[in-house]
Amino acid sequence: MPLALMILRRLFWIIPVALGVVTITFFAARVFTGDPTELYTPPEATDELRAQIRERLGLADPLWVQYGKYLSDLLRGDFGMSFTTGLNVGADLSDRLPATLELGLVGMVFGVLAGVPLGVIAAVNRERWPDFLVRGVTLGGMALPQFWIGLVLIWIFFVTLGWLPGPVGRLPIGVNPPPLLTGFLLIDTALAGDGEKFRLALRQLALPALTLGLTTLAPVARVTRASMVEALQSDYIRTAIAMGHGRRVVWFRYCLRNALLPVVTLIGGVAGHVFGGAVLLESIFGWPGLGQYALQAIERSDFAALQGFVIYASLLYVLAFLAVDVLYMLIDPRMRTP
Amino acid sequence: MSDVLLSVENFSGAFRAADGRLTPVLHDVNFALRTGAITAVVGETGSGKSLTALSILGIQPATFVRTSGRILFEGRDLLTLGATALRAIRGRRISMVFQDARAAMNPVFTVGQQLAEVFRLQHGGSRDAAMAKAIDALRRVSIPEPERRARQYPHEFSGGMAQRAMIAMAALICRPTLLILDEPTTGLDVTIQSEIMELIVELGRSAGLTACLITHDLGVVAETCDAVVVMNAGRVVETGTAEAIFTAPQHAYTRKLLAASLLVPA
Ligand SMILES: Nc1ncnc2c1ncn2[C@@H]1O[C@H](COP(=O)(O)OP(=O)(O)OP(=O)(O)O)[C@@H](O)[C@H]1O
Ligand SMILES: [Mg+2]
Repeated sequence: MPLALMILRRLFWIIPVALGVVTITFFAARVFTGDPTELYTPPEATDELRAQIRERLGLADPLWVQYGKYLSDLLRGDFGMSFTTGLNVGADLSDRLPATLELGLVGMVFGVLAGVPLGVIAAVNRERWPDFLVRGVTLGGMALPQFWIGLVLIWIFFVTLGWLPGPVGRLPIGVNPPPLLTGFLLIDTALAGDGEKFRLALRQLALPALTLGLTTLAPVARVTRASMVEALQSDYIRTAIAMGHGRRVVWFRYCLRNALLPVVTLIGGVAGHVFGGAVLLESIFGWPGLGQYALQAIERSDFAALQGFVIYASLLYVLAFLAVDVLYMLIDPRMRTP
Repeated sequence: MSDVLLSVENFSGAFRAADGRLTPVLHDVNFALRTGAITAVVGETGSGKSLTALSILGIQPATFVRTSGRILFEGRDLLTLGATALRAIRGRRISMVFQDARAAMNPVFTVGQQLAEVFRLQHGGSRDAAMAKAIDALRRVSIPEPERRARQYPHEFSGGMAQRAMIAMAALICRPTLLILDEPTTGLDVTIQSEIMELIVELGRSAGLTACLITHDLGVVAETCDAVVVMNAGRVVETGTAEAIFTAPQHAYTRKLLAASLLVPA
């Protein structure tokens, strides 16, 4: 029960956080970028047309009137119209969200499932070659920029070997998406029973997900290693060995769970970045996700789009931190007593 | 002597620093534990008591290296055993109670789970049967409401309660031939200390355990132990029956120790 209560209380925080962030964004965007009417007006337009366009974009009213209107629309679930797409921002976001989530989930799951065992292997072989290997490779993964890793992977697997398709988005050019159900292509193609399209979508996903996975794996493995090393030296691990437990049981059952807390914190932070739309990654791979959308909104002073994105992002962060705290309580009983 | 269960012979060891230099800490340690007896190992802090005890089970710090000697248990040198053979001895044949019991228990598993998993490891059987054994063991060390306590985590136990649980695990769940106790009462209230000591002696006598009790408390030694090993600065300075050590200490260090404990006038 206290867990459910905590979750509710934390979910409630989304409201003030989102309101604060969107308010700051609203005014900052308008004050710092000025009036974007020019961007959406042909150069040869008359002053009259220009005024009309300004009116239509909702930029003619005083700032506080615009703000009041935006908030009252928002309360009714209306995110406003994107200048660029001409569509409702809510529809735009839910259109792009599955692309970001699908890439982010696959990449992170791969990074965590590979990173945690690598960290454990390094820790239990401390100062021997598996440790040096893992530390060397992950140091590379931390030091090299994500876009660079992405480009190298494209060069190896697409340009040189030709094993995987080029960076043209979620499906090869000319292939129609499956009937829209969840927006996750892997799920929608599977539900439609379209094995060929599933394969195509998977192949498109492979390189960006691998890039994301490698950049997730590196910090996950290093943090896992560090906290495993510490836990391995603890009194309770000595007890487990003294009672005759085998090495694997000691490492993976008695030690790992104690070592996971810092890893969970790290993953929570990484999730914030990843699901907020990895802008460069999406650009390189032509991935039609939220990162690209947000970038475009900034470039084109697309106020409603930008505001919609920051609302989504603050929701995301609150949820990520909530997930971290819930996991903490599940992993460590000492966290359950306040 | 045929009734010696374990003997430490000419055991020397050192710590290896990061630069590879060795700092000797144990020098030709020699003593024997007789079957069925409670042997005390006494000596001031840093004299090498814990290190010797941990070496018996092969759980000494990674930077500690043996430079000479052997530790014979039932005729086999524990220091030369492979990982599998050592595992077969740990817990089952030789078990250990550690000083800070709350830290020595895993914080993310319930006390009952930890006892039950050790039981299954050593005696097999179902999860439920093992948990029943765990609860039973907690009851036998006088933990009230053992069913409820078994579902709690170590941080919900008091220090004395945790030490009882630790003893239940090392002595009753493992049912070892040799039980080593490294300062099992240090850090506890005086009244709880004497309760725990009574429990240890009672278990020792009833189960026919051979015990090795590492302690600072010479009062406890005088009351409960059969033999005494006195250590100082990594050396054994004197061994003998409790009676001999208390009535006719041979070594100056032993006399100093006795005087400091106020048991015997200087
Ligand atoms: N991990 C370690 N690294 C380096 N030196 C150590 C380490 N552990 C113990 N020592 C040293 O080894 C010696 C023996 O330590 P040990 O823990 O066996 O002492 P002890 O007799 O158990 O003392 P106490 O009564 O305080 O528990 C001490 O001089 C100590 O400083
Ligand atoms: Mg000690």
